[in-house]
Parts: sequence; C-alpha cells; structure tokens
Amino acid sequence: MSARDVILARVRAAVEGVPEVQIPRAYRGPAPASEGLVDLLAERVRHYKAAVHVVEEAGVAALVAASLAERGARRLVVPEGFPEPWLPSGGFERIGDEPRLSASDLDTVDGILTTCAVAVAETGTIVLDAGAGQGRRALTLLPDYHLCVVRRDQIVANVPDAVDRLDPARPLTWISGPSATSDIELNRVEGVHGPRTLEVVVVTSA
Amino acid sequence: MSRTFLGMPGTVSMMGYTGKETFPENAAKAVRNSQLRFNLRKATGTIRGRRASVVGELPDWPDLRQAGKAIKDHTLRNLDTYLVRLEEAVTKAGGHVHWARDAAEANRIVTDLVKATGETQVVKVKSMATQEIGLNEALHAEGITAYETDLAELIVQLGDDWPSHILVPAIHRNRSEIRDIFVRHMSEWGRPAPERLTDDPAALAEAARLHLRERFLSTKVAISGANFMVAETGTLVVLESEGNGRMCLTLPETLISVVGIEKLVPTWRDLEVFLQLLPRSSTGERMNPYTSMWTGATEGQEFHLVLLDNGRTGVLADDLGRQALRCIRCSACLNVCPVYERSGGHAYGSVYPGPIGAILTPQLRGMGSELDRSLPYASSLCGACYEVCPVAIDIPSVLVELRGRSRHPVAERAGMAAAGWVFERPGRLARAQRMGGRMRRLVPKRLPGPLGGWTDTRDLPAIPRESFRDWWNRTDGGSR
Repeated sequence: MSARDVILARVRAAVEGVPEVQIPRAYRGPAPASEGLVDLLAERVRHYKAAVHVVEEAGVAALVAASLAERGARRLVVPEGFPEPWLPSGGFERIGDEPRLSASDLDTVDGILTTCAVAVAETGTIVLDAGAGQGRRALTLLPDYHLCVVRRDQIVANVPDAVDRLDPARPLTWISGPSATSDIELNRVEGVHGPRTLEVVVVTSA
Repeated sequence: MSRTFLGMPGTVSMMGYTGKETFPENAAKAVRNSQLRFNLRKATGTIRGRRASVVGELPDWPDLRQAGKAIKDHTLRNLDTYLVRLEEAVTKAGGHVHWARDAAEANRIVTDLVKATGETQVVKVKSMATQEIGLNEALHAEGITAYETDLAELIVQLGDDWPSHILVPAIHRNRSEIRDIFVRHMSEWGRPAPERLTDDPAALAEAARLHLRERFLSTKVAISGANFMVAETGTLVVLESEGNGRMCLTLPETLISVVGIEKLVPTWRDLEVFLQLLPRSSTGERMNPYTSMWTGATEGQEFHLVLLDNGRTGVLADDLGRQALRCIRCSACLNVCPVYERSGGHAYGSVYPGPIGAILTPQLRGMGSELDRSLPYASSLCGACYEVCPVAIDIPSVLVELRGRSRHPVAERAGMAAAGWVFERPGRLARAQRMGGRMRRLVPKRLPGPLGGWTDTRDLPAIPRESFRDWWNRTDGGSR
C-alpha cells in the first residue's frame, strides 16, 4: 500500500463510529457598511505605527507627492493598473514591473505605491490580491516603504466580511502595519524583513 | 547541545533532548536559574495582558471559540474525506502532494525534492512540524544547509540552542543574551553582526534584517509549514510577523510545505473564525502583521505539499486524547501556565512544551520513557490552559487520563491494590476504619520512608475516633 493509502486507512479506522459534529456559527458574520468604518480603520492602522491619511479623491495626488517628498522616496515602483489621477505629476522616477524586476532590482528601489482589494476596519488590515494596481507579492515586500491607497467602498467591518469578499484562487497578502516582531521579550518591535514604513491613504469620495 | 531521536515504539519519531531526566528533575534544575525565571516571568506577563485585552474586545469570543472547536472536531471526524479533497484541489492548482507516514519518510521526501533542484541551501519559515521531525538535522546529514529565518529561530540556531516555546522559541533569552549570541555567532553563518551592536530590540531586529537579506535574495528553495490548509480550495495559510515568511514563500523558485494532517479546515469560510482566534490568542494582537494565502503553484513557483502523519492518526484513535489535534499552536496555554512560567520549555524535553505539550508529546511518541511518563504530571491541574484555549481543548482532563495510563511505582500500585481490596466490601472498610480509629494516636505526623515526601508539604488528615456509620448506628442518627 502507498503511504497515502496507509494514512487514509489509519484515519478511517481511527474515526469509525465517532458521531458527526454540527458547527454552530453564532458569532458575528458580515455586517452592513456603517458610517464609522473610515475612522475605525484609521485608528486601528495607526495603532500598528503606520501613518494614515483620510482625503477626498481630488486631493490624493497632492498628498502622495507630499508623502514621497517627506520620506525622500524618489525611485518608485508603480504596478500596472494603479489609477493615473492618484499619481503626482512629477518629482519621482516611475518604475514598472514589465518585464519583471529581479529581486535585487526591487531591493534598490525606494518604495512601492499600490491599491488594495479589501481593508478590514476592526483589525486595521489591508488585503492585497495581486489585482490591478497591486502587482505580484514581492513588489510590496522588498522595498522599505509601502504606500497603499484604499477606497472607502473597499473597507469592510470585520474579518468575516473580508473573507466573504476575497477570492482564494488569487495569492493573498493580509497586511496589518509595518513588518514587526514580538520575538524579543514578547514586545512588538517594528521593522524587520518587510517594509519598515507603511503609509495608508483612505479616499473618502471614491 | 546534542540532539537525538528518542526511542519510540512503532514508527513514530520526534526530536527530543538527549538524556533520561524526567520533568521534575529538569524543572528542579531550571528553577534554580534565576535569569531564566526572570525572562519568562517578564515575557509571559506581557503577553498575558495583551491577550486578555484584545480577547475582551470581541463581544462574540465565546461563539468564535465554540465554532473553532466544532470546525476542528468536524474536520477530524471526516479527515479522510477532506484530505482527499485537499489533494485534488492542490493538484488541480498545479501543486504536487506527497504523503509521509512518519518523520523518516517526510525527511526523505523533502531531501529528495531539494536534491532534485541541485541546490545545497534552503531558507526556512518557522515550522513546528519540521522541528518535530528533525528536518534540519536530516538535511544536514545529506549536505544541505537549512537557514532559519524567523528571528527567534535564528537566535536558537545561532546559539546552538533548543526552542523553549511554540511561538517564541527564544523566549528564555533576554535582549542582552540575544545581542551576545548575534555578536559571537552571526559570522559563522553569513554576514557578521554590525559593529558596536547594542541590545536595543530595534537594533537587534535591524541586525537580523541585514544578516538575512542577501540570503533571501539568492536562495532558490524554501521550506515552510502552514497554519491552515483549506480542503475545499487547496489554499495554504501562513501567519507571521516579520516578513521572513513572505520572503520564503514568495522569492524562491521552489516551495516545499510540510504540514501535519490535522491542520485542515473544510471550507474557505472557516478561515473567518481562525483568523480571529489565532492572532488574538498567540501574540495578543488584533491581527498579526502578515498573513499569506496561496493556492497551488503561484506566480510561476514550483510547489510541493508534504502531508505528515507521524503519530497523528494514533492520537486520532483515542476518544478523549484526540482533542489535542484541534490545537492551532497559538501557545496561549504556555503563557498562562504557572508550571511553564517557572520551569521554562526545555524541561519538557520536546518541541511541544507547556500544557499542550504535556498531552501531545506522550500521545505522539508514547509513554515508553521516564520523561514521557512524567509529562502528564507537569501540571497543577489549575485549568487556566483550558480557559484560554481558543479551541477549548480540555487539557486537565486529558492530563488526568494520561496519568491513569502511565505505569506507576510498585509501592503505589501495592497501596492502591490494598485500598481497592478494602473498599470492595463494606465489612472490610468498617473493620479497617475501626482499626484506624483505635490506632490513630500512633500515626506519626510525618509518614515513614518514601511516603514522607507527601507529608513534607501536606498535613495528614486526622483520623476520627469513630466512623460516620458507627456513629449513626450507635446514636440512631444522633437521636440517642
């Protein structure tokens, strides 16, 4: 018998006669969108020591320009599908991922601009699904600075909402604040292997 | 520090300490180490407070806990169905699925996969399963170097040390010890520690970033575990903090994930429960910094999944003990345990320390050794572990059951047999009670011989002059 058959036979023998189990789902499921989500998301993301801005659609490009200037970020990866109106008109070098940048190339850029798929207010999480304006997973990993623009209609209340909206067939990255570790005396310290600076821009009128 | 496979009945094997010391002997040594006790008290105290605060924030925590427990029980009940479903889904998405009956088979599969790539170096994401099977040692024997990339695992690897906690393997080290390990040993494994490194946690994190950066960019094979596997979609999930996980899962050309068969959940939707239970229970955060989810071969990567039994089906066959397979490795039970907080993880002699380790280790590798027989006693049965467990594993009950199954000393067995004989017949009990009542003044405060150990810390109950039954019969229920 193959290892597969042996393991499956062991499992069947082990659970024979064990009664079936029903799953109670009394916990909070997806909730309707409510007014306070933008504020809650902003508060929860800030708690992870990430910068958060809330702006009208018309103000995005100016805000991005100011943020880049403040960080001294000049060479930036802009993934395919990132909305053009959100980009500053100048002041930075725009780098595309077509053809694919090598890991060492990515390691030398100053930062990355992306959109997201979903944002979870209760946990202060943004989720990327490699869709338009987000690019493949390594793009938001190697550069030290990540600026993510979130539209208000992408914000959901809680985790069940987010799971409901996402497509498991896509590679997903859930991001809650900058890279951090709790490995030294169990205290959270920001800044290990992923981007050490995370900046989130919430667009209210989009 | 030398490592070895402990002798196991059957084919199950698991990494453990060399030596035959029992838990009490190990713990007695550990509690004399005041630095260790200070480090543990500080770290577990911090994390307990944070967990309590973020768990208290969710109004539906008890409901999530009940759902988590039931999802895992349902999965275990139908594990064969869901394993086959997972295999189909992963294969359909371009991944390759391998099955390993035991540690040796899993190690051979992984070694062959690495050799097939022609590489001699792999990067690793922290994984309990690969620690359990001693994968790094098996790879080393075949000329392949495994680099641990999680900060705590790195500290353990550089210090040639042994993990002492499920989530934070270097919890027994404080910042200045970590700094010394970095300064002394980083150069043996790659880029040396920065000059004039301080023990500021941020500086230590930066040192780890620099040390591993080039390794991430150049290594072509990665090995991971997984927190969850979704049968319905074939999706694997890894929760982490630092980004080392994302580096390993994303950059290398080949990814090999070694996962215990009990890590399954049936549906995509089930993740909505565990993504709330796990981060809040483990690091005490609303959400951990990074969670990666991938299905099959992703973004051009070659993907292999190795499904590991290594004793799990044996645990599954036990009606009471199988609940240990619900464990999602959050380590909340370690952080609240008064025994763990004082003894530390090394005393348990297993990669699975603490309360969950005390029920998992003896079930996985059997109770053949003195150490494994002593583990169910590594508890005061206070029940704090059960209370914080996000999947409601009744650890105290399993501990008591395992105590009953372990072989007891001759004197204890003789005593119990005698007690059983006396209690068997009411007449025998009455005669014994009358004899006890007459001789009660002769019973010493401290019992003789080995029994003295018991009375050293306890008062012997006073023996009454007369038994309740005798009193009742003599006074007709107190009316005479």
